Amino acid sequence: MAEVSVLEAVRLALDEALARDERTFILGEDVEAGGVFRATEGLAAKYPGRVIDTPLAESSIVGIAIGAAHYGMRPIAEIQFADFIHAAFDQLCSEASRWCYRTRGDAWLPLVVRTPWGGGVHGGQHHSQSIEAYYAHMPGLKVVAPSFPADYRSLLLAAVEDPNPVIFLEHKRTYRLIRQELNGAPAETRIGRARIARRGGDLALYAYGLMLHECLAAAEELAAEGIECTVVDLLSLRPLDTETVLEAAKATGKVLIVHEDTLTGGFGAEIAALIAEHAFEYLDAPVRRLCGPDIPPIPYHPAMEAFFMPDRQKIAAAARDLAAY
Amino acid sequence: MATRERTRKARSREQRHDYLLSEAQLEEMYYYMLLARRLSERMLILNRQGRAPFVIAGAGQEAAQVGAAMALERGTDFLAPYYRDLAMNLVFGMTAREAMLNVLGKRDDPNSYGRQMPAHWSSPSRRIVTQSSVVATQLVHAVGIALGARLRGEQLVVMACCGEGATSRGDFHEALNFAAIHRLPVIFFVENNGYAISERTEKEMPVPHVADRARAYDMQAAVVDGMDCVAVYQTVKPAVDQARRGGGPWLIEAKCYRLWAHSSEDDDSRYRPRKELEEWAKKDPITVFRERVLADGIFPREDLEEIEAHVQEEVRDAVEWALAQPDPAPEDALTHVYKER
Repeated sequence: MAEVSVLEAVRLALDEALARDERTFILGEDVEAGGVFRATEGLAAKYPGRVIDTPLAESSIVGIAIGAAHYGMRPIAEIQFADFIHAAFDQLCSEASRWCYRTRGDAWLPLVVRTPWGGGVHGGQHHSQSIEAYYAHMPGLKVVAPSFPADYRSLLLAAVEDPNPVIFLEHKRTYRLIRQELNGAPAETRIGRARIARRGGDLALYAYGLMLHECLAAAEELAAEGIECTVVDLLSLRPLDTETVLEAAKATGKVLIVHEDTLTGGFGAEIAALIAEHAFEYLDAPVRRLCGPDIPPIPYHPAMEAFFMPDRQKIAAAARDLAAY
Repeated sequence: MATRERTRKARSREQRHDYLLSEAQLEEMYYYMLLARRLSERMLILNRQGRAPFVIAGAGQEAAQVGAAMALERGTDFLAPYYRDLAMNLVFGMTAREAMLNVLGKRDDPNSYGRQMPAHWSSPSRRIVTQSSVVATQLVHAVGIALGARLRGEQLVVMACCGEGATSRGDFHEALNFAAIHRLPVIFFVENNGYAISERTEKEMPVPHVADRARAYDMQAAVVDGMDCVAVYQTVKPAVDQARRGGGPWLIEAKCYRLWAHSSEDDDSRYRPRKELEEWAKKDPITVFRERVLADGIFPREDLEEIEAHVQEEVRDAVEWALAQPDPAPEDALTHVYKER
């Protein structure tokens, strides 16, 4: 099998999900034409009536998916850009997240909301953002953020089969950038597990999405200098694999958390708190975070965008500094 | 259930043309309206006694609710009610005992097991859809249920309810828009009781009728006297039948009146003239219904009195029974955040 991109892996999973279960259907803006990123290309013709264009109204995209899931369908909703998902914040947080809880399990929602997120595509303030912290805060939701094509495929299928609402984050910069031979590649099939993507004894890097790849590149560069990094691919932010998170911190004693999202209240704060609380005595240095600066993300001009985004050079610099501590 | 017994007991005669309803149906109407009112009255007493922290009721809206719910096929159609819709839920099979468990937040309340405020209904087996305190979100869920049913090839109707206040929210408009585009079998049933807490309708919308909002969506609409249970049924039933046959969604506005304050925590004397309230109280839908069926000679007085005695006993039993039921264990709060496979 040839290498597939992240985007192709997503499309493969959608195709498999539609083929497997008649209750599965896709709804969202422009999905019949294949979507703006082409994730649903060809599916409307292959599965007539099961790929449904919606009006440009995010709250109803999610709300209708909720109703259909309650009825017994397995909807896969697409929010065209994560930046626009907040119009459905109410439906996700006030409704979907607590559907099961407030009925004490009498009702539940097998529901997936896919959405492209992240910077590095010159998308400016409303086509670049990281939204994970808002939604990972909410008990009752699951938030998945893979990095490699094989995980995209297997975790999207897992999300479709999950009886709970899952926000499935697809890093848009990696859609065509990251490719992988699926045959034989490690593929996480269970939501809630992280993976040690690389092992090294000097420090641990934590990331997801594009930043995971930047961390791996930085780790390669650092290895040449004699600094060995563990790289943790978080894969799922809620539920979070606390065991793997703590294991890596304990094994290395030095922690650098990397994300594109702005620093304050970002998901890195949760990882940092967890490590401080449960691995304090193993630490040889303060927990460090390398994140987007606390400004409204992300400026449009390429130079300003690059200034905003963490990348392999910034990661390597921060890691060298931490290794020397 | 007592109602079922009553239905069987009812003398079978030809449908009366002025009502288009059988005697059994008319009895059922009276029974449900009265049961909802008497339950609500007792809930308010429990609140004043300090036994129920919060009560929100539908006094004055019983005719609208019962007339509309009876137009649906119970067991087949879905109901996405809002918080004032106690009477609708009773029509859909919720028992007086369950309603009392709900207001007391008891462990076995099937609506939310003590997890939501009272009057946030749910009963999946009866096809009553869970709702939150956020108004209008349930309208979109109703559209999703209708879409799901269409994809599965099940012929059913979904009734989505809200007050007129909710019709200013985006979800109301998004729901109507999608339902109209796809001609889904959804009845948007708006109980316009004249007030969104303290705000009169003219502060909520520039049009005189909620039903006017349907025009923007090329949707069929009707306005009906929500204080008249028979009129509501006669308006809603054909719309339900038509929607079931694929005729598309409806927006039906029932003009009614909130006879009580917004909730047990509200003092409506701050914003609502007593004179207005007194005028509307004369149109109390339950009294009006009773007088009408008596005047028309549908039932002898004794039949109605029998229903009244039965309701009184049912409510007494429900309160006594529910008060003795266990409260939830505090640590049960930690369960069912996620559905286990």
